[in-house]
Amino acid sequence: MSHPKAASQFLKDQANSHWHDETLWMVREKRDIISKTIPEWEELRNLASQIKDNVLSNLDSYLEEFEANALKNGIQVHWAKDAHEHNQIVLGILQEKNCKAIVKSKSILTEECHLNPYLEKNGVEVVDTDLGERIVQFLQQPPSHIVMPAIHLKKRDISALFHEKLDTEKGNEDPSYLTNAARLHLREKFLGSKVAITGVNFGIAETGEFVVCTNEGNADMGVHLADVHIACMGIEKIIPRRKDLGAFLRLLARSATGQPITNYNSHFRSPAKGKEIHIVLVDNGRTLQLGREKFKNSLKCIRCGACMNTCPIYRRSGGYSYGSTVPGPIGSILSPGLDMEKYSTLPFASTLCGSCSDVCPVKINIHEQLYEWRQEITKNHGEASKSIAMKLASVIFKSPLAYQFSGAMMRKAVRNLPKGLIYNPLNAWGKNRDLPEAPKESFQEWYKKNRK
Amino acid sequence: MRKREPSIGLFIPCYVDQFFPQVAVATLELLEKLGCKVTYPLGQTCCGQPLANAGYERDTAGSTRHFLELFKGFDYVVAPSGSCVLHVKEHFPELKGLEEDTKEVQERIYELTEFIIDVLKVDVLKGSFPKKVGYHSSCHGLRGLRLASSSEMNVSPFNKAKQLLEQIEGLEWVELSRTDECCGFGGTFSVTEEALSVQMGKDRLEDHQKHQVEIVTGGDMSCLMHLQGIADRSKSDLKFMHIAEILNQSLA
Repeated sequence: MSHPKAASQFLKDQANSHWHDETLWMVREKRDIISKTIPEWEELRNLASQIKDNVLSNLDSYLEEFEANALKNGIQVHWAKDAHEHNQIVLGILQEKNCKAIVKSKSILTEECHLNPYLEKNGVEVVDTDLGERIVQFLQQPPSHIVMPAIHLKKRDISALFHEKLDTEKGNEDPSYLTNAARLHLREKFLGSKVAITGVNFGIAETGEFVVCTNEGNADMGVHLADVHIACMGIEKIIPRRKDLGAFLRLLARSATGQPITNYNSHFRSPAKGKEIHIVLVDNGRTLQLGREKFKNSLKCIRCGACMNTCPIYRRSGGYSYGSTVPGPIGSILSPGLDMEKYSTLPFASTLCGSCSDVCPVKINIHEQLYEWRQEITKNHGEASKSIAMKLASVIFKSPLAYQFSGAMMRKAVRNLPKGLIYNPLNAWGKNRDLPEAPKESFQEWYKKNRK
Repeated sequence: MRKREPSIGLFIPCYVDQFFPQVAVATLELLEKLGCKVTYPLGQTCCGQPLANAGYERDTAGSTRHFLELFKGFDYVVAPSGSCVLHVKEHFPELKGLEEDTKEVQERIYELTEFIIDVLKVDVLKGSFPKKVGYHSSCHGLRGLRLASSSEMNVSPFNKAKQLLEQIEGLEWVELSRTDECCGFGGTFSVTEEALSVQMGKDRLEDHQKHQVEIVTGGDMSCLMHLQGIADRSKSDLKFMHIAEILNQSLA
């Protein structure tokens, strides 16, 4: 479904879309407040942005350094060129361990690769252990936000869902009660899994270790109880040195939820005795994006979700309106790189207001890339699909005479035609808005009369 | 020796020319009241922004060439629109042989309030306008031209429009709950994403209304046209004026 269609459906329930807007705005306000308690906030953004620039310019050598150090630490390293290879590698490890049930902590990469359905098809039970992820998994929905996967749901939705799935009291909407029910349910799953899968927030080239950030501690719980830890990591998640983490960890949680730091920032360096750690390094279109001069910057993203919370479109159209794994502004510049045809409406789902770029902790010029994607997408669509209005405009605007003539005609039409004709159902402007009153003369005409 | 008076070319965006000539007149008169010698080059069309933002920047060569011809040689180009100025600065296509002319215009073009503050360095405005005024910070001026500090960033707060309006006697600047949220106009966005565009506009208006604003002003008629269109449809009594109109009227 195109973005405009999905958005107008979401907006039909006005109360709900208003609530969604307010809820995410609250998260942005928390972020505003806490970021202003750090005097060097803008310097931090610059620093993080520069570190990421350096990473993207030297990604090949950092990846090799990371692999060499990880191997030294006793980690097994796998390389996947695309989603399918990634899924095969993960399944291969599970089959080798004869593992039929796994726990997984939040990983947008595994969503991107559609790992869950792939494993399920191959007889593996997958349990997402992040509370929000578990909720949307129960509903067989994808996350609607990359940091708050179930942000589109209300307490009463979750109460009803847990009543059905976990046999909680009907109508009990108390968050502590519901969370506790989820904990008990998940505890069982944690104890029963020999393999745990996590994502990776940062891979450190210098040491070969990686860092996973969660608020619920679910990644740690899963990993420590399992014999095998599989960490799935996009190749752009590399940072050069451990000390670079300082900048990123300070920015990440403040940008994401307005909290000073994520509750658990766990470093994984080498497997405990008798256990295994695997890292799957995934490309899946990233090197292609790296090769696109105007868009490579998008790979700096640390997945904080701040651009979603600030986006006036996202807040009012919901995560699902984008139809992509990563929604919102950052999703709208990443997704067309994966499939330009499928995601062709996303770069247009923006007013180019630029709030996303100002909020981004690594200073990705998101709104400028949206503009650039528009230029690419229209090329792909060819001349034929260009609207008549656009074709006319390009001719009219280069000729003063044509412009004056058409302008005068338009004003005359607006002034004299009956309202029913102007506001016909095809006129999207007039559906909910009046047109300005058309003046008798243009400024140009006034100027000639009064000043020449 | 007295310095030569700088020449100022007035750039009036197409939709202002056609639908809001009073805003263009106010801009011209205001600049003259502030002691400027202003020329309005005849034959202006459009800067090309609607095409470029719709993804057809490559089709704006003709309108850009025309613009460069008209505004070549002025010391300054001034326009009552942050959005169109930003387009000229950032999205003029590269034209073989016209690189220098393009660069020159891009360096010399100013949005009206920016020109009054940064170039004319006007720090005293004597006038009166006893109304409660809500300011709509248009995004391109705000985050593109940095006419004010954006609420996302941790920088010392500033706002060029506020700096001007606050000098006007009796004018009450109304603080909004969301100081710089987009109104949802967005050029072609206003028709391709009609539902969202209108909802965003309604939300903006509500912010002004709940703070008892009498007049909504701003630096871009495009955003104001969108907001006014929604307000008029709902028979609201909110009034809309471009900042040039308020300043020009107060200084009279």
